[in-house]
Amino acid sequence: MMHTDILVIGGGPSGLSAAIAAGKSGAEVLLVEGNQYFGGQLVKQTHMFFGSEKQYAATRGFDIGKKLVEEVEVYDNVKTLHSTTALGIYEDGIVTLEQKTESEDVYLKVRAKTIIIGTGALERSLPFTNNDLPGIYGAGAVQTLMNEYLVKPGKRVLMVGAGNIGLIISYQLLQAGVEVAGIIDASSEIGGYLVHASKIRRSGVPIFTGYTIVKAEGKDHLEKATIAQVDRHWKPIPGTEKEFKVDVLCISVGLTPSSALFWQVGCEMEYVRDLGGYVPKRNQYLQTTLKNIYVAGDSAGIEEASSAMVEGSIAGLSASHNLGFIYEDYQRDIQELLQELEGLRGGEKGEHIRNGYNMVGF
Amino acid sequence: MLKTTGVPNDQDLDGVFPPQERLGKGPVVVVECFETIPCNPCYTACHFGGIEAFKDITDLPTIDFEKCNGCTLCISNCPGLAIMVIDYQYHKDYVKMTIPYEFFPLPKEGEWVKGLDRRGEVVINVQVILVKNAKHQDKTPLISIAVPKAHFKKLRNIEVGDSNDQS
Ligand SMILES: Cc1cc2nc3c(=O)[nH]c(=O)nc-3n(C[C@H](O)[C@H](O)[C@H](O)COP(=O)(O)OP(=O)(O)OC[C@H]3O[C@@H](n4cnc5c(N)ncnc54)[C@H](O)[C@@H]3O)c2cc1C
Ligand code: SF4
Ligand code: SF4
Repeated sequence: MMHTDILVIGGGPSGLSAAIAAGKSGAEVLLVEGNQYFGGQLVKQTHMFFGSEKQYAATRGFDIGKKLVEEVEVYDNVKTLHSTTALGIYEDGIVTLEQKTESEDVYLKVRAKTIIIGTGALERSLPFTNNDLPGIYGAGAVQTLMNEYLVKPGKRVLMVGAGNIGLIISYQLLQAGVEVAGIIDASSEIGGYLVHASKIRRSGVPIFTGYTIVKAEGKDHLEKATIAQVDRHWKPIPGTEKEFKVDVLCISVGLTPSSALFWQVGCEMEYVRDLGGYVPKRNQYLQTTLKNIYVAGDSAGIEEASSAMVEGSIAGLSASHNLGFIYEDYQRDIQELLQELEGLRGGEKGEHIRNGYNMVGF
Repeated sequence: MLKTTGVPNDQDLDGVFPPQERLGKGPVVVVECFETIPCNPCYTACHFGGIEAFKDITDLPTIDFEKCNGCTLCISNCPGLAIMVIDYQYHKDYVKMTIPYEFFPLPKEGEWVKGLDRRGEVVINVQVILVKNAKHQDKTPLISIAVPKAHFKKLRNIEVGDSNDQS
């Protein structure tokens, strides 16, 4: 059995930032990440990030991940385990971990005074005829193939979803030399940032708002996709179909917070559409209704890496503070972070996030 | 239009292009950023006060066309690739347009490439004047092209060779 002050579950930007903040405060920290690499979603992001310079704006995603990992390594009191998934949190506060090594899977147990959960998000899928044909991928899979394994998913892609992820992956496909036949979205407006939309559009990729995918066809793999315009209730309108000869459909219709561990441990949960699904209730320091469980990043509500990092830092500082670790600049830093978070959620695009947070605070 | 197709219309563009009088005074920035998103690296890149300080991170960039000297530094710092610099005085018939371009292969100086509009449609072939790909640009190369004055408000992208396919 291992013992630690703070266990951080998830090694994405939120978890890494939480581990850095707790490490800085002097707590013993164990950071576990299910994948072989730390960095979470950042590992696959080759584009420059938005946000402010404090959260590494204009730096490419994978470089931000590297910087955070280097910062974690500075602290001797922060231990990290990769390829290690947290399976469950038990009533007596013990967390079970599964560690994959080359030869075998090892089960480990750890007892932590406080747990910070930054497990990120899961992809949504979409029901339509033949949606299981080979050639139909989720957005995450396309990114993993291209940016981790350097494999093109196919020759010609139809992107379903014009949120930031759909727009960014379309751009990355173009950069990899894959043709993008079009981007469709059932909403009447583009959901992602317009600067992203414009940069793809000016490379000749049409964007069809108000369309949904109705059918995929092909013998052994995808050969053709049919889209149709939708009415006010998002139902396809007969006679408005358009066909695309494509060998890849990339489904990028949003993410939902990964909430399993919160349910299991018994945090009070709330369904909040603006945050992407069920999320734990928490106070402004990201402490849930169970005082030794914190949440940060996309598992607290689908947002951005910039806010995930700030939330991770807040959770890490606050959790250490509550365990009695003295960090001189605590008050100053935490106020600054809270303000940064508020700033990131300003503006028109931040409205739904602000609405969402009003529903989960306590 | 912009919100449904990603293509800004003339009105949108008129709002961000410098006045003709300023164009006559040498290179200057054009920032096509129309939406209040949490982003400010254009401002932090500029050493000359050409982009006014952001009060909130979600502010739209406000350009001080008198202070901007067209140095091009902000172009590769913008994650939205929303910035270009135009030099209307470059030649009596041509504008020098400097745009970000993140595709392979990069064009060569002197090469003719397709000049594309904001929908990606070919307007006219243009010649590449300069290709800059310095380390501080962090993989966002800058391409300068000579654009006939009649078309300079239309062009915003280029296409190199027949395709980007390397395989
Ligand atoms: C295509 C794309 C483009 C994006 N572009 C931007 C952008 O330009 N700017 C921006 O700010 N944001 C961007 N984002 C969003 C950003 O990547 C996410 O908001 C951010 O990564 C969330 O961080 P996180 O730490 O909450 O979750 P993640 O990055 O998802 O990390 C969660 C980690 O937890 C691990 N994990 C999950 N469950 C367990 C478990 N039980 N045990 C152990 N480990 C576990 C996962 O393996 C993962 O590594 C983009 C996202 C995508 C997909
Ligand atoms: S071109 Fe140079 S001077 Fe003008 S706004 Fe950009 S960085 Fe500032
Ligand atoms: S850096 Fe680019 S996208 Fe960001 S605010 Fe400035 S112009 Fe807009």
